Amino acid sequence: MISWITANLWLIPIVPLGASLLILGLAKSREKTAVALAVTGQAAALLLSIAVFLPTLQVPGFRAVQNFTWFTFGEHALRLGWVLDPLTAAMLIMITFVGLWIFVFSKGYMAGDKNFSRFFAYLSFFSAAMLGVVIANSLLLLFVCWELVGLASYLLIGFWIHKPSAAAAAKKAFITTRIGDLGLFLGLLWLYSGSGTLLFYDDGNGCLEKTGLLALGATATFVALLMFSGAVGKSGQFPLHVWLPDAMEGPTPVSALIHAATMVAAGVFLVARVYPLFSLGAINGVTPSLTVVVWTGVVTALMAALIALAQSDIKRILAYSTVSQLGLMMVSLGVGGVAAGIMHLLAHGFFKALLFLGSGSVIHGCHEEQDIRRMGGLRRIMPVTFITYAIGMMTLSGVPLFFSGAWTKEEILHSTAHWPRSTVPHYLMMAGVVLTALYMTRQMIYVFFGNKGAAAEHAHESPSVMTVPLIVLAACSILLSVFLTPAWPWLHDYLLGETPHFDLGRLIQPMLFVSLALVAGGIGLGLLIYRKAGARDPVAEAQPALFSFLENKMWLDELYARTVIAFARMASRTSDFMDRYVWDGLVRGVGGLGQALGMFSTGFDERAINARVDGGASATRGLGRFVSRRHSGQIQNYLSAVAIGMLALLLLYAWLG
Amino acid sequence: MAGLITALILLPLVGALVLSVVRDNFARAVALLFNVLTAALAFWSWRTFDTASGGLQLIERHAWVPTIGAEYLVGLDGLSLLLVLLTSLIFPFAFLAQRSGRGFCALMLVMQSALYGTFTAQNFMLWFLFYEMSLIPAFLLIKIWGGANRDRAATKFFVYTFLGSVAMLLSFLGIYLAKGTFDFATLTALGKTGLLTGNMAWLAFAGIFLGLAVKVPLFPFHTWLPDAYETAPVGVSMVLTGVLSKMGVYGFIRLLLPLFPQQLQILSPWLLALAVCSIVFASLSAWAQSDLKRMVAYLSINHLGYCMLGLFAVTAPVTRPPLEMQAALSGVFMQIFNHGLTAAALFYFVGLLEQRRGARGLNDFGGLMQRTPLLCGWMSVAMFSSLGLPGLNGFIGEFLIFKGSFPLAPWPAAIATLGLLFTAIVFLRAMQALFSGPLAESCSTLPDLTRPEKWIVVPATLLMFALGIAPQFLLNILNSTVIQMARLFA
Repeated sequence: MISWITANLWLIPIVPLGASLLILGLAKSREKTAVALAVTGQAAALLLSIAVFLPTLQVPGFRAVQNFTWFTFGEHALRLGWVLDPLTAAMLIMITFVGLWIFVFSKGYMAGDKNFSRFFAYLSFFSAAMLGVVIANSLLLLFVCWELVGLASYLLIGFWIHKPSAAAAAKKAFITTRIGDLGLFLGLLWLYSGSGTLLFYDDGNGCLEKTGLLALGATATFVALLMFSGAVGKSGQFPLHVWLPDAMEGPTPVSALIHAATMVAAGVFLVARVYPLFSLGAINGVTPSLTVVVWTGVVTALMAALIALAQSDIKRILAYSTVSQLGLMMVSLGVGGVAAGIMHLLAHGFFKALLFLGSGSVIHGCHEEQDIRRMGGLRRIMPVTFITYAIGMMTLSGVPLFFSGAWTKEEILHSTAHWPRSTVPHYLMMAGVVLTALYMTRQMIYVFFGNKGAAAEHAHESPSVMTVPLIVLAACSILLSVFLTPAWPWLHDYLLGETPHFDLGRLIQPMLFVSLALVAGGIGLGLLIYRKAGARDPVAEAQPALFSFLENKMWLDELYARTVIAFARMASRTSDFMDRYVWDGLVRGVGGLGQALGMFSTGFDERAINARVDGGASATRGLGRFVSRRHSGQIQNYLSAVAIGMLALLLLYAWLG
Repeated sequence: MAGLITALILLPLVGALVLSVVRDNFARAVALLFNVLTAALAFWSWRTFDTASGGLQLIERHAWVPTIGAEYLVGLDGLSLLLVLLTSLIFPFAFLAQRSGRGFCALMLVMQSALYGTFTAQNFMLWFLFYEMSLIPAFLLIKIWGGANRDRAATKFFVYTFLGSVAMLLSFLGIYLAKGTFDFATLTALGKTGLLTGNMAWLAFAGIFLGLAVKVPLFPFHTWLPDAYETAPVGVSMVLTGVLSKMGVYGFIRLLLPLFPQQLQILSPWLLALAVCSIVFASLSAWAQSDLKRMVAYLSINHLGYCMLGLFAVTAPVTRPPLEMQAALSGVFMQIFNHGLTAAALFYFVGLLEQRRGARGLNDFGGLMQRTPLLCGWMSVAMFSSLGLPGLNGFIGEFLIFKGSFPLAPWPAAIATLGLLFTAIVFLRAMQALFSGPLAESCSTLPDLTRPEKWIVVPATLLMFALGIAPQFLLNILNSTVIQMARLFA
């Protein structure tokens, strides 16, 4: 059974895909069947994921690969495949598990929507594509699924298509990520021609294995950087992060599943998957491409955390928080902490899904209100949402000991401390921890504490179909810690293919106290600033210019609109103008020349030849010509020009030959 | 099976004759009946085709005008068969899309016959006869049944392509005078060592290049195309973009590449630049259009630009491993078929919109998703196929073209990827304008897809999926031909 399922890994994405197609084929009114199909498909994928997870536990560093020929062009076979290793297995579990609870939550959240069934079809489709990214053993298959994930994201962001803002956000997301994808595509082409294969693992001949890497040599840096641009687009890294906050136009479960837990993590996953390309030729664990990854992550993490401080939309704050956390993961990968980065990715999947679903519950309870300034005092009205949200908040902020996010952050800070190139990222990431605690405290105070806001008047707790997923995810956010502590770094060692040992003495590391101080500082600062906050943000009062700069997302959207987009638009108009007037004008000029030649030939006919024929014939001809003039389009004239041209060319041939 | 190809060429002509005695009401049915027959013949030739052999098959050879070396010589290799299948696929599709009388149908059938001839003829004189024979029905179809500006567009189309043809004819006369043959196979063999020398070679090359560049069209010889496609009735636009535009690409592969390898090598950077210009500028121009038909027309130029990129990369003067050449050639062939299918489908959808709304500007619609979800859904599939989404047919050709071109010509290929971005922008912009937002007043009564329309849309879309997911069945036809051609240019 176990070996059968590892050989048939493709079943995991196929099950949700089948569910999606079935739902699309259903009548619109059969909403219950649609939910049942989607949830069953996802649950089946979860069970299969658990089944493939088990064998990876038996041997440290387990890896099973299954390759096959997609098609043959010329004499060459293009091969695809899937791979099962700890990275795949861990991602599979996270995606299917978190996904399942988001599906359940959606049943409550989307109730009453006109296109309820279609929503579940899209969700299942997304899940299938994402699972495909994770199991791919070929960069091409990964790219295919990667694009399909983008399509699913496009469909779901624009799900409420009657809203112009949703349609615009969907378009922006697709195009912005496609800019990054062009880089990934070029990287793929280069990798293919450089190493001769797109398979990651192929009995020693894959592009991530010895022969492939050897063939690639120094070009690996460029390939890695091009591929990283794809990751930048998908994972919302600076400068392509602008689509992610706008993507919050989609229904909240979409934000939770796609734009927090899974899809946006695909970029981080990609870097981890092709890590040998990034680290090829590393000296002390440093390569040019990894250095780029580090600094991109640093800039993104800090920038997004700062912007989050000045947002007032509950989902946008979380969106920027996601961008910031993804930056943190990138930093971790860049400095060599691959396991730490992936651990954070996995933990983040749980707690960020929790936070987004919690925000969905809040929005639902407040009758579609998203502005935190109009909320307040919700902790008594929505106790379950409050407690689970608080757990999510503490996990994200990294409150030590009990929350998974704290252990993974500690691990990341450990890795950054040992980066030989510079200590700046280490300290900046510490600042990031403070900022994270600060903006989350701000959000908590605005939403759950203080006086009841306008939107809180008629608020209500959500039904259990929505609160149960919150409770489950909150429990996971805490319980996951078991696998993450330095005392028993199970996940860390599992990912690296080592055997974990239990040693309670390692539990308390010096970094723990540093983290404690940072988080306490952030939360304390938050309490200090926002405790008595009124309708106007205290930071806005103290520093209006700075606040407005952050509130407007550092004016990046405006900057892009005035530069890149304006330039492209101008190029398109110019191109159209050239076609209409310059190129076509040239053609018409040549045509006119032909016409002139034609007239000349007619004139020649009339004067040189016509003069010699007798009057009667001439009269007849004249009549004929008169008639033919009336009938003459331009073609005859052109043709006579052509005839002359032909003659000239023949003469030329005779002369040359 | 001797006579199969001749039957394929003659059947539509017989159909055109039959049409002269039937009533207008039955014209389309008769045309479709004959298309069932040609499709059956095309399918038959596919079945009897030996995919293991890269050479010509089903050859028919008869003396025609021996004094000038003209022979009736037809045969199929993988490329020819691919185009015969495409023709047999697109024509019924176009007949189904367009309500039409017998004159229209007869001209379409004549054009179909000419296309079968063009794609199977293996002697220049015969090829040229068919090549020109396709031009006149196309001209008349635009001129008589076209929309606004049809006279101007038809004339422009005719003059442009006719001038190109004349230039090509002259070049071949020159070649004939020098070598005394019109036979493609013989000329190809001679081409390896240089067909002509000195200025003669360049002159002949220029003539053929001009004729084909206009036909494809290659930037900057493309300005006839948006006008012609825009004005032509939907069914004709479908055939023009689906099949007729492939005559140019076919000509490049069949004539120019084998006959003038040296010239192509020397000019390679310039030709690649033209291909990149086709790709980038056409997609940029498409972005600036507000007329849907014109927009699709420009994207047609863009997509054929990828074919040109692949072909010019194959002839670039670098060391060319067979893998890359085979990838590029396979990509070009796949792109020929996929673009034919997808672009025809896009024109069909634009036709459906125009037929319902009476207009086809981007701003004439809005919020269609709420009113006609099926139409929007299926049209989106065609659009995503055209912008190269993996899983649909458009991706396969473009991926293989880039896979082959990138190692052979890295910079042109890299710049050409911009076309992929702009295409996405163009289509997403169109989807936003047509499908999303509040339902426009003027669209509030538009009907969704009808049952007969579904019968057209669903099979076409399924084919797109099939080609995107499991393209092997089409590649099987091509592989031997690809291997042989790659050897030719090595």
